[in-house]
Amino acid sequence: MQCDSCGKKKATVHLTEIIDGQMTEMHICEDCAKERSVQMEQQFGLADLLAGLSDFGKQIKAEEKVKLQCPNCSLSYDDFRKFGRLGCSECYSSFRKHLSTLLKKIHGSNHHLGKTPIQLREKTEAEVQDQDSLPEENSLQILKNKLQQSILAEDFEQAAILRDQIRSSENTQEDA
Amino acid sequence: MNLEDLIHQTGEWLKGTGPQSHIVMSSRVRLARNLDKIPFPARANRKDLAEVFSVIEQAIHSNEYFKNTVLLKINEMDNLDRQFLIERHLMSHDHAASGEGKAIVVSEEEILSIMINEEDHLRIQVMQSGFNLFETWKIISMIDDFLSEKICYAFRKDWGYLTACPTNTGTGIRGSVMLHLPALVMTKQINKVLEAIAKLSFASRGFYGEGTQAIGNFFQISNQVSLGHSEEDILQNINGLVKQIVEQEEQARQALLVQNKAILEDKICRSLGILKNAHIISSQETVDLLSMVRLGIDLGIVKDVSTQSINELFIMIQPAHLQKIEGKKLGASERDTKRAELIRQKLEKL
Repeated sequence: MQCDSCGKKKATVHLTEIIDGQMTEMHICEDCAKERSVQMEQQFGLADLLAGLSDFGKQIKAEEKVKLQCPNCSLSYDDFRKFGRLGCSECYSSFRKHLSTLLKKIHGSNHHLGKTPIQLREKTEAEVQDQDSLPEENSLQILKNKLQQSILAEDFEQAAILRDQIRSSENTQEDA
Repeated sequence: MNLEDLIHQTGEWLKGTGPQSHIVMSSRVRLARNLDKIPFPARANRKDLAEVFSVIEQAIHSNEYFKNTVLLKINEMDNLDRQFLIERHLMSHDHAASGEGKAIVVSEEEILSIMINEEDHLRIQVMQSGFNLFETWKIISMIDDFLSEKICYAFRKDWGYLTACPTNTGTGIRGSVMLHLPALVMTKQINKVLEAIAKLSFASRGFYGEGTQAIGNFFQISNQVSLGHSEEDILQNINGLVKQIVEQEEQARQALLVQNKAILEDKICRSLGILKNAHIISSQETVDLLSMVRLGIDLGIVKDVSTQSINELFIMIQPAHLQKIEGKKLGASERDTKRAELIRQKLEKL
């Protein structure tokens, strides 16, 4: 059987499509099938992709997912997963644990190293530090940020010191 | 300044000046910003949207820097004007739909545009001609500072600027460079280049932005990652990648000139010939021909046409521009005639 698409090669892939209740059968070769699958991938929107990614969040229990809701804008975590868009700046605090993992998946990092708005520049680091986290986490966060910066600056000696500090700090937290 | 003034001027980014402008059409940086606690536009109610608009309007009116800008409400514009702003790369397709509190700020030379209540409360964009990412960054960062004196941005120390879509969180930055790569297309090397771009986590888009096909051999390269690096580092990465692509395009142009000079000259001169003589022409055909002429100018094959006039034509031959120039609504076939007439006039004048 020849390929329905290019008419040149042998058809090895047999595809059944149902669009609006209309069924069509196609017999195509491997190359044409690959091309079609690329087209299909492109049709998936960003929302689907994000929704897929956000499933990787660490051990989120099914019931927890449903209940989670932002008190400021009332967006549920479930709806965020569906549409891939957050509802307000407070959602970042409301879904903090899940977003931390998601941001890392998307960007390869979850530590901001860019600029700070003028209004917040005068405040001390501790004041602006994520308002909803515990003090121990705060200092750990600062250490992690410093580690990231020293790696980027290729200051590996400093990085090694910071790495050890992070390890021991994480161990104390686990013991506690 | 008003919208009608724009039709008679050339946007700064089309001037065909700046570094590497034979290959790099323009550099663009955009920042996504939001107001703290107020729901993002898609979840905001009318009152929220009106408040966002008013806070931003006040911030703009309180700073001298914005005195040569115009602020337009989307609801008060007709469809033609909305389409016109999209065609000039000042506004996104999504922003053109009617909606409470939606507005756009455009500066006199079209260097700056700010979309209010798009996907985020603020989408600030600065565009420059040629390969100029860092200059563009300096301008937009200053504008961002001016606004942040008056606006309380949604920001966390650990995650940076908070945006509706988590793909923009952090710096909220997207730097993009519009490249004209006809020789890489003709020598069939472009797919390899695009594959490499994708592997390095950069995005490539067409001339008319997100979701558009590459036409006229134009490719827009931009960053995907916005968190975990400083703005300068993100732009530096695009810069390095673009430099390599520019070198490859230059080599491909020289190779074509050495190996297929007659064919290349024929293609370019025929393209100019059709543009100078056609009486009916589609936008797709125009863009393909303009692309060849733009290449011809750089290679010295076309001597009496400027890059700026070709760049302008890419914008002016679009439907809303043709209708605004003509001052009335035109059907598709009327536009093809008007387009040919406009091109003939523009190329004859030179």
